[in-house]
Formats: sequence, structure tokens, C-alpha cells
Amino acid sequence: MDLPLIWFLLIAVLWTGYLVLEGFDFGVGMLLPVLGRKDKDRRVLINTIGPVWDGNEVWLLTAGGATFAAFPEWYATMFSGFYIPLLLILLALIVRVVAFEWRGKINDDGWRAWADRAIVFGSTVPAILWGVAFANLVRGVHLDADHQYVGTFWDLLSPYALLGGATTFLLFLTHGAVFIALKTDGDIRHKAGRLATRLAVLTLVVAGGWALWTQVAYSVTWTWVPTLVAAVALARLVALTRQEREGRAFVASAVTIVAAVVLIFGSMFPDVMPALDPANSLTIRNASSTDYTLTIMTWVAVILTPVVLLYQGWTYWVFRKRISTAQIPEHTGLVFERR
Amino acid sequence: MEALDLARWQFGITTVYHFIFVPLTIGLTPLVAIMQTAWYRTGNERWLRLTKFFGKLMLINFAIGVATGIVQEFQFGMNWSEYSRFVGDVFGAPLAMEALAAFFVESTFLGLWIFGWDKLPKKIHLACIWAVAVATNLSAYFILAANSWMQHPVGAVFNAETGRAEMVDIVAVLTNSTLLAAFPHTIAAAFLTAGTFVAGIAAWWMVRLVRSGDTETARNVYRPAVVLGVVTMLVSGVGVAISGDVQGKLMFEQQPMKMAAAEGLCATEDGAAFSILAIGDLRNDCDGVVHLLEIPGMTSWLANADFASTVTGVEDLQAQYEEQFGEGVDYVPNLAVTYWSFRLMIGLGAGSAALALVALWLTRKGRVSDNPWLGRLALVAIPMPFLASSFGWIFTEMGRQPWVVHPNPDPSGVDGVWMLTARGVSSAVGPGTVIGSMVAFTLLYGILAVVWFRLMRRFAIEGVADTEADPSPDARGDGPDGHDGRDGPADSPDRPLSFAY
Repeated sequence: MDLPLIWFLLIAVLWTGYLVLEGFDFGVGMLLPVLGRKDKDRRVLINTIGPVWDGNEVWLLTAGGATFAAFPEWYATMFSGFYIPLLLILLALIVRVVAFEWRGKINDDGWRAWADRAIVFGSTVPAILWGVAFANLVRGVHLDADHQYVGTFWDLLSPYALLGGATTFLLFLTHGAVFIALKTDGDIRHKAGRLATRLAVLTLVVAGGWALWTQVAYSVTWTWVPTLVAAVALARLVALTRQEREGRAFVASAVTIVAAVVLIFGSMFPDVMPALDPANSLTIRNASSTDYTLTIMTWVAVILTPVVLLYQGWTYWVFRKRISTAQIPEHTGLVFERR
Repeated sequence: MEALDLARWQFGITTVYHFIFVPLTIGLTPLVAIMQTAWYRTGNERWLRLTKFFGKLMLINFAIGVATGIVQEFQFGMNWSEYSRFVGDVFGAPLAMEALAAFFVESTFLGLWIFGWDKLPKKIHLACIWAVAVATNLSAYFILAANSWMQHPVGAVFNAETGRAEMVDIVAVLTNSTLLAAFPHTIAAAFLTAGTFVAGIAAWWMVRLVRSGDTETARNVYRPAVVLGVVTMLVSGVGVAISGDVQGKLMFEQQPMKMAAAEGLCATEDGAAFSILAIGDLRNDCDGVVHLLEIPGMTSWLANADFASTVTGVEDLQAQYEEQFGEGVDYVPNLAVTYWSFRLMIGLGAGSAALALVALWLTRKGRVSDNPWLGRLALVAIPMPFLASSFGWIFTEMGRQPWVVHPNPDPSGVDGVWMLTARGVSSAVGPGTVIGSMVAFTLLYGILAVVWFRLMRRFAIEGVADTEADPSPDARGDGPDGHDGRDGPADSPDRPLSFAY
């Protein structure tokens, strides 16, 4: 068994799980001011992801921890090399978590306005920066012979990388809009559906441009398959949202994200962190842990990942009902001034 | 300052900050689960009211604990990439296991618990909070496995070819003697923190209500919470002391320098005394240390359970380390920090447990107290175990310096697996970047700490709510007809959600 290869695939799976799941809750967060003009609408939006966003985020922690365990060199070079973007992502995720949990605790318009800003900021910044980061992994970065990142922050912001950022931003916006259409009822559902259609067309143009650039400049022949799958799925998404078949439309936007991850990891392979000078690249061989560690981790992952999928899936089943403003109770938050 | 100092400050700030919230989460979640179990089994509404009251406080705290935890996993790679390269083969495994085995459970079942109040059958809803409670404790186990490996590397070898530590025995890593001592100590301290929190708030409310004439609520609702909290405090207080003693004895073996520094013990002594108070310049200069108050033989007893045994002093250890690991390195940790953090940890922990005895006396045999001093002391007690935990970590981590991976002194143990902190820092990250991120984290954390405190305070002052308006009034079990509340009229589409953001 080729353990480094298995772990390359498993980490791709973890990132897929993260981007598909947190992708829609980023989208919902970013659409808060767009689809939630009134506070009650905003609360409908937040409650569509209420029970699940925290569990979605753990996919990131797992991807990070798995990278540390399976590819320590990759983890060390990537996290120290992408320092500033990761710092911004961390700050964004922190304010986002507390804003979700604390928003309803105080019944005050000013308080909620701050929480909403934090949610929008906290959802938008990572949605863009993950795309920038992955585009850099596809394109290759400045590494020296010791696999140390020697570029600057500005080197990470090439036009290709920025287009990658725009791609994830739009993908998650679309994914979020489709999710809202799937999970809500009434006015919001229809508005979200219409928005999703328009966003999907825009995404098809921008993400399509980025994918073609990737194919031509950095990728291999077989990744035309996921590229085409993504394009077809996005096109289907437009038709499906028009027919208000939101469940299928959500599957289509999820398929698009899965295909994008396959394209990214397929383009990187067999590197995990390609260098601009290929001699310095971190590959799945020279970045990986020992076979012993990888064997242990494989057992852990093979046993636990299906269990995680099972109970997370059950969560989505429990909270499967659509919600609308009718189900949103009055504010139960306290006011600071009392007593 | 160099990137190294800044990275150390950043790690210290973010870690101590994260660990303000973590002990409360670890201890309070099981206590809330116990309250809900009491409600489930007795049907007594006071337990429902307490579950919801402390549940809200738990959630406010949980959010910030989770938010600051993400930083922890990332900053090993960001600021300590050379460390990560060296240890990743061993150290990454428990971190990944924590995410897969514990953190997924925590976050998913917490969501189910928050939103599942009348969506799930009562028994399953109760199981959700227990799943969260068990998982938070399991999280602590894996994280401490990683930390204990830095304190005392086991189950690994040094590979000269790759220049890194490589795992050869996962079972050894997960049953490290350091871990088996640190885990009960940390968990007991977390329960002490949560017990003090519950008892403190409930006692303050009890006194307040008795004084305003509502003895009924004080006796029926808050007194049981005081008792639950106080009993938790006493049991966990004993646990902290015993596990701390075990851990201390282990540390005298594994990190004698840390313990010698904790005592300000410069020269090797037979029957070494435990110093309660010391003055003078503890800045790594032994000549300036003057011990004012001492318990004779106590340090020797702490080290070897023998009042007359020999304890090696800082100076001899320095000579020993120089011989073993090379000259030109100061192997003595910051004496003042190590000495005082050790004492503050013990003193604040013991103070908190002592207050529990007072509260237990005043509430004996069904009494409620209107003693204003109890109300005040209850509030004073709350921060004590928080501070004790923080000082405990400062002691553990600062006392290990200058090592990030402390050498395992056991001759039959691992060989060559050690790393000086100075070697672990990211070489690709400049001081400007680190200072920028340190300022950003410090500012954001400062703001969040103020908001967290105000929220906790506000919700504590609000007290337990009436549950008359509660959507699930059938208090006991699944209801007489086994109706689980999921698909009856209780869940009609236009009914408001029982919990919503």
C-alpha cells in the first residue's frame, strides 16, 4: 500500500468535506445583508446553518491536524509561508464564531449590527483567501532548497491567485444562495433562488476562466474531466434553481466544489507544495511522515471518518425542515442596562 | 525583540487566554449534563431551570473557547515551523486524533443539543449533552498527550538521516507516564473551576434571595446547585491535590530543573525545605535568593516521599546539563516566574477548595444562608481556580525552558529526541510579521475578553428563568404514552423554534 498517496487522497477528502460544508455557511454569512434586509429575515438565514456550522468548521481543524500528522514538512512550510493570509483567516473565523453564538444573547439593534458585520467579515475573508491559497499551491511558490518559503506576502497575490480567490468567493456565494433556497420557505426562498441563478452564471464565467487558466498553464490532461464536470454541474444548477428543484441544485453546487478540489489536487500531484524551481518542490514522498505514523493514522481515519459522516448526516436529517419567518420566535436576548 | 521572543510571547498570550475558557468548558458541560439528567429522572422543574441557566453560560463560554482553539492548532506551523518539522511525525498524530475522535463529536452534538430541545426525544437530547461532555474531556486527553510528549518524549527515536523525531510506538505516546499524571490533574482542576463557578453563582443568588425574602426559590432552586457545586469542588479539590503530588514526584525525576527552580533551590540539599515566601532577585542568580518562611523537609518529601532525601539544586543541574548537552546554554528557567507561578497555582487552588468547606457548613441539613459574607466570598472564589489553572500552565511551560522538547532523562528511554526552544521557531517568518500578528491577537482577545465577561455577568445576574413558557412542559421522560414530541402537533410547521439564534 502506498501510504503517502493514500494520505494525499485523504487530505483532499478532508478539504472537500470542509469546502463543501463550510462553503455554504460562508455563503449564507456573506448573503446576510443581501437577502436579510429585515432582522427577522437575517435570523431565518442564520438559523438555516445554526445547528451545523460549528461541525462544518471542524473539517478544517481535521484537515490541519491531518496535514501536521501525515505531511509535517508540508504543514510547516505552508503555514509559515502563508503566514499573513492564515492570520487573516484565523482572525475572521474567531469573530465569526463568537458573532454567531453571541448575536442573540443581547437584545439590542446596535449589538446585532456589530454581530452581523462580524459574520459578513468572518465569512467573506476566508471565502476569498482559501481560493488565493489553493491557487498558489497549484501555481507553485518560491521555495529554497530547504523547502523554506522565501517569497513575500505580495508574491502570493498574483493575478492567477486573485482570480482563484474570486472563484471560491463566487462558488461559495452560489452554494450559500442555493442552500438558503433549499432550507427556507416563503419570500426568502424565491429571492435566494433567483439570486442563485444569476450568481451561477457569473460563477460559470469567472470560475470557468480560472479553471481554463489552470488547465492550460499548470495541469494535466485528465483534470479536464473534473473541469468539465464542474462546468456541467454549474449549468445544471441554473436550470434546476429555475425549476425550484433546490435539493438537486444543492447537489449540483456541491458537485462543482468537489470537482474544483479534484482539479486543484490533481494539478498539484505528485507535489503537495510545488516550488517555482521544481527541484525544491515538496512532494508526497519528501514531505510525508514515516510509514508507521501513516499506518496508525490510516486506521484511525478509516474507522472514524464514516462514523463522523454518519452522525453529521443525522444532524442534517434532524433539522431537515424548511424554516421561514413564521418559526422565528421573538428575541430572547437580555438587555445590558436592566438592573 | 527577535522573532523568537515575539513568537514565545504570542504563544504564551494565546495559550493562556485559550485556557481561561477551556477548564470551564471541560468541567461545566458535565455539570450541565448532570443537571439535565436530574431533571430527566426526577421530573423536578428546578433542574430544568438550572440546566437552562447554566447551559446559557456554558454556551457563551464554549464559543470563545472554540474560536481561540483554532489559533492553537495553526500557530505551530505559523510560528514554530522548525519545531513542527522536527516533531510532526509524533506530535501531529494526537492532534489529528483529537479532531477526528473528539472535536467532531463536541461541535456536532452541541448543535444538536442547542437546537434539539423539542425536536429530539428527551432521552436522545440528554444523550447529546453527555456526548459533548465526554468529548470535551477526551479532547483534553489528546491535547495533553501532545503536550506531555514535549515534556517527556517517549515512543520515538531520533532519525539522523531525516533530522527529526519519528514515532515507533503510539501506545507509549498515549500512555506516557507524564500524560497519565497530567490528565487527571488537569481534569480535576477543570472540575474545581466549574464547581466553583456553579457554587459561586448559586450561593450569591441564594443569599440574595433569602435576604430579599424569597426563601422558597433560594431553597428549592439555588441550594441544590450550591450543593452540587460544592461537592464537585471538594471531590475535585482532593483530586487536584493527589494528582498534583503524583505529578510533582514525576517531575522531580523527569524535569528536576523545573522543580528545583520552583523551589528556588540553588544548591543540592538533604532534607530540603519547602519555601512559602522568598525575597530577593530571582533572576537566575542564586546568590540573591533569601527564603523567609519554610516548611522543613517538605520539598524532599514532595520529591521522594521522604523528608530527609537529597534534592539536587539548580547549580548542580546546570553543570550536569552542560556536560550532557553542551556548554553555552543557560539551562535554568526564569526563576521568579517558575517560583511564583508554582506557589500561586497551589495557593489559589487550595483557597478555592477552602471556601467550599465554608459553603458546605453554611448549607448543611437543608439550610439556606443569608450571610452576606457568603455572598461576597462566593464571588471572590469564582476567579480563583481560573487563575490557578493559568499559573499552572505558566509554571509547566516556563519551567521547561530552554527546551521545547525536554530531553527524556531515563537512560532506557528515547535517545536524541530533544529540542531547544530557540531552534523551533519559524526561520521563514520575520519579527515584523510576528509582532503584527501578536498585536492583532492581543487587541482582538482583549476586546473579546471584555465582551465575554460582560455577557457572563449579565446572564449570571439574570438568574434562572421561569420555565412556564417552556415549550416542553411534560417534564418527565418521554411522556406517558411514549410520545417523543417529534412529529405530533408540537412540531407543526408554524410553531416557533424552541431555540433560535
